[in-house]
Amino acid sequence: MQDLLYFFQQLINGLTIGSTYALIAIGYTMVYGIIGMINFAHGEVYMIGAYTALIAITGLATLGITWLPLVLIVALICAVLVSSSMGWAVERVAYRPVRGRHRLIPLISAIGMSIFLQNYVHLAQGSRNIGFPALIEGGFQFGSEDTFPMSISYIQITIFITTLICMTALSLFISRSRIGRACRAVSQDLGMANLLGIDTNRIISATFVIGASLAAVAGLLLGMYYGSVDPLFGFIAGLKAFTAAVLGGIGSIPGAMLGGLILGVAESMTSGYLSGEYKDVVSFSLLILILLFKPTGLLGKPEVEKI
Amino acid sequence: MLDVQNLSMRFGGLLAVDQVSLDVQEHEIVSIIGPNGAGKTTVFNCISGFYKPTGGKILFEGGEVQGKPDYKISRLGMVRTFQHVRLFGQMSVVENLLVAQHRHLNTNLLSGLIKTPDFRERERKSLDRASYWLDRVGLLELANREAGNLAYGQQRRLEIARCMVTEPKLLMLDEPAAGLNPAETKDLNQLIVSLKEDYNVSVLLIEHDMSLVMDISDRITVINQGRPLASGTPDEVRQNDDVIKAYLGEA
Amino acid sequence: MAANNLKHALFCALVTLIISYPIIGFNLEIQGINITLTGATTSTIGMVLLAAVIVFLFQLFRDRIMSALRSLPNPLPQPRKEPMAENKRARIESWVLTGIVVLALFWPFFVSRGSVDLATLVLIYIMLALGLNVVVGLAGLLDLGYVAFYAVGAYTFALLSQYAGFSFWMALPLGACLAALFGLVLGFPVLRLRGDYLAIVTLGFGEIIRILLNNWTALTGGPNGIGGIPDPTLFGMEFGRRVREEGNTSFHETFGIAYSGEHKVIFLYLIALVLAIITALIIRRFMRMPVGRAWEALREDEIAARSLGLSRTAVKLSAFTIGAFFAGFAGTVFASKQGFISPESFVFLESAIILAIVVLGGMGSQLGVVLAAIAVTILPELAREFSDYRMLVFGAAMVLMMVWRPQGLMPMRRVHIELKKQE
Repeated sequence: MQDLLYFFQQLINGLTIGSTYALIAIGYTMVYGIIGMINFAHGEVYMIGAYTALIAITGLATLGITWLPLVLIVALICAVLVSSSMGWAVERVAYRPVRGRHRLIPLISAIGMSIFLQNYVHLAQGSRNIGFPALIEGGFQFGSEDTFPMSISYIQITIFITTLICMTALSLFISRSRIGRACRAVSQDLGMANLLGIDTNRIISATFVIGASLAAVAGLLLGMYYGSVDPLFGFIAGLKAFTAAVLGGIGSIPGAMLGGLILGVAESMTSGYLSGEYKDVVSFSLLILILLFKPTGLLGKPEVEKI
Repeated sequence: MLDVQNLSMRFGGLLAVDQVSLDVQEHEIVSIIGPNGAGKTTVFNCISGFYKPTGGKILFEGGEVQGKPDYKISRLGMVRTFQHVRLFGQMSVVENLLVAQHRHLNTNLLSGLIKTPDFRERERKSLDRASYWLDRVGLLELANREAGNLAYGQQRRLEIARCMVTEPKLLMLDEPAAGLNPAETKDLNQLIVSLKEDYNVSVLLIEHDMSLVMDISDRITVINQGRPLASGTPDEVRQNDDVIKAYLGEA
Repeated sequence: MAANNLKHALFCALVTLIISYPIIGFNLEIQGINITLTGATTSTIGMVLLAAVIVFLFQLFRDRIMSALRSLPNPLPQPRKEPMAENKRARIESWVLTGIVVLALFWPFFVSRGSVDLATLVLIYIMLALGLNVVVGLAGLLDLGYVAFYAVGAYTFALLSQYAGFSFWMALPLGACLAALFGLVLGFPVLRLRGDYLAIVTLGFGEIIRILLNNWTALTGGPNGIGGIPDPTLFGMEFGRRVREEGNTSFHETFGIAYSGEHKVIFLYLIALVLAIITALIIRRFMRMPVGRAWEALREDEIAARSLGLSRTAVKLSAFTIGAFFAGFAGTVFASKQGFISPESFVFLESAIILAIVVLGGMGSQLGVVLAAIAVTILPELAREFSDYRMLVFGAAMVLMMVWRPQGLMPMRRVHIELKKQE
């Protein structure tokens, strides 16, 4: 019984983390689907979302505003606004001018951007990790105190629900809206979409903005969940989310969701049964194995080499 | 020397090539023609090993080669060009030809590092071969230019020269006349015939330019929608009803 | 059009404000257990506003500014200029290089110990960057975990000296070969991947190796690292005040001069110099050999290269292994120079710095890479007060280089090949 509860606890923790990975992974997968590049700076965009949310929360507290729903909504809006602007700006400055050049060039530009943003926040806010106030406390408990108490905290529930809402909204947006349809057209064939009069530049910008907004949501959620942020916080999370995107099949939105959940569970099982130190090793190994044996991921479409 | 039997290639639900057979004898120029999207280039990609065919056999000098990796097929003596010229753009013209002779130079790293006499000898030979072929296609003066900066027609010729320095037995040309002006096409025509006559190379050709095809081909295979439509000498193909229908229907 | 431009410029200025004001304009401060928010100084806020205004003006007059910039003469060497007479250039170049080497040989005897130490570090970075240049610049494989091979070299020496008492000279080839072996083994499965996947997988490998070094406490000492790594010896002469190992003599006693800590520093510098020169010469030779041309061909067009009989795996693997070999080389020297190593020295940031050197110098260009290594290592030391901005500047420089001058400051120059006329 106790073992089973422990297992479920790990599962729930894993699903929580995994669903935020999925939110970040959307940004990778959509950008990759459309312009075929890895946006290395995406993890930093997410980190900036977390910082902005923290700044907003602290600011509101200074003003004496503590009504939880208001605080959360304001923090969310600020984070999304700043992150999406950042996503837009990153594309304009670092990616658009090099689009279509030799494949190494956008990649190096992206890495440069990632380093730049990390240090931008580092210089502005210091390198120390800063505590994130626990806004949503408490939770449900199962099992008695003397064996192993399994708990689902309210914040975990918030994370699940928010992720679910975001994913549903995104799917609807992609399948129903005009921009969503244009997005799909552009990811099928950029040149052709251009010929058909779709403003591909706008669509690409929109992709970055959507990805960045979801990353900002994840930034707020994970900030509250982990209880702290630091400038390097985006880098590893970005790598994880990228792994999730590849795992599910890069370019596929349901794939990102699935990949995120699998990765989250794999990590929390490693932490729970092996050692927390090795959870990064497990996720990177997973990434490498997937790329070697099924580079199209679980839900990705096979690619035919064009000659 | 090349014998393709019932070649099929399926991409997901699409059967791009369906039961195509063709053969090339020594000292022969064989052309594949057909409307756009007929699957000609896919046939090339299967023969040269870029795609693994889903059905059929490809025999080169009696040995089965289907599904072998591309670089091994090329080393057997079957070398191709591409529909859209593929040069090593940032390398110089002569370097393009030296890369192609990698196989002849395949000595170990150490002998190159200390420049053994054997290594120098091979290096000299490959330079000679390169300058011979540059001269042959009229690019000797441009040997140290960046390949990517050449005019289009020059790039086409360089690509053929790059194949020839590997001393192939079978040369596969994918639309070599595309984008060339009439004068250049005529030169190309002569070059291809001379490759056969003077260098004893067989040629498998994909081409849209009918006058070129009819002029130089010994035999022609027509493909339509992935299926073989007809094959025979230029005259036979010209009078074949199916071919006329396919071409007129397309027009 | 004008109204459109104005709208766009306003929008860009607004975005600039949004992405900079919240992050720069407020400071999170930790006071005890509470976090407080303070506004930044007026001058900082002024800078943010100024940035927005600059963006606004730039976007408004973008076309005019761009055309003005284009008409300016470019002060940097042009990549596609007709070269000057080939033999003349080669002669000048070899004289200049010889001059630099001679200067580098005698220079340490006249400067401070700190400068020599820094110069040794520069040389280590030169070795690393020359090695990575093979992988990224020539073969076009973006390796973001390069530092892992550097770590293998350093840890090989550290562990061999700790457990088996190996000396620097025995460990040097072993460290390099082991790093190359790692490159071979890790490279074999991953080199089939497309460029961007390769980048992320190598990044993953780099992290895995660092995490393992950090956690395998029994062997590597974990975060505490390994200390007491011996200095190199000169024909059995040690440079310490007292001889550490039986049978060795000490340098200052043999030559009957007074002990000085500087001897060791200079000796290490000279070793690094010689090794860096060897590295440069070997790689230069490779570049002119079939294998070097194969690397470049694969970078330029993989499909064409395969169609000509080049084996993708073999060619990539050779670049990857050779790059790793020189990283191992550099790692051994680094371990010896520091006397102490820990996983902290082998973080992703190091890989990024080495990559920045290669990119800034000009991918494929040896001279460019050497100059960039010198600049990237020395500039932050000269301007200490700006050292915090070092990585910020690197990041920005990488982006700007890719946008404006992807071939680097000193683009690679092609070897001129003289052909005989056919009779």
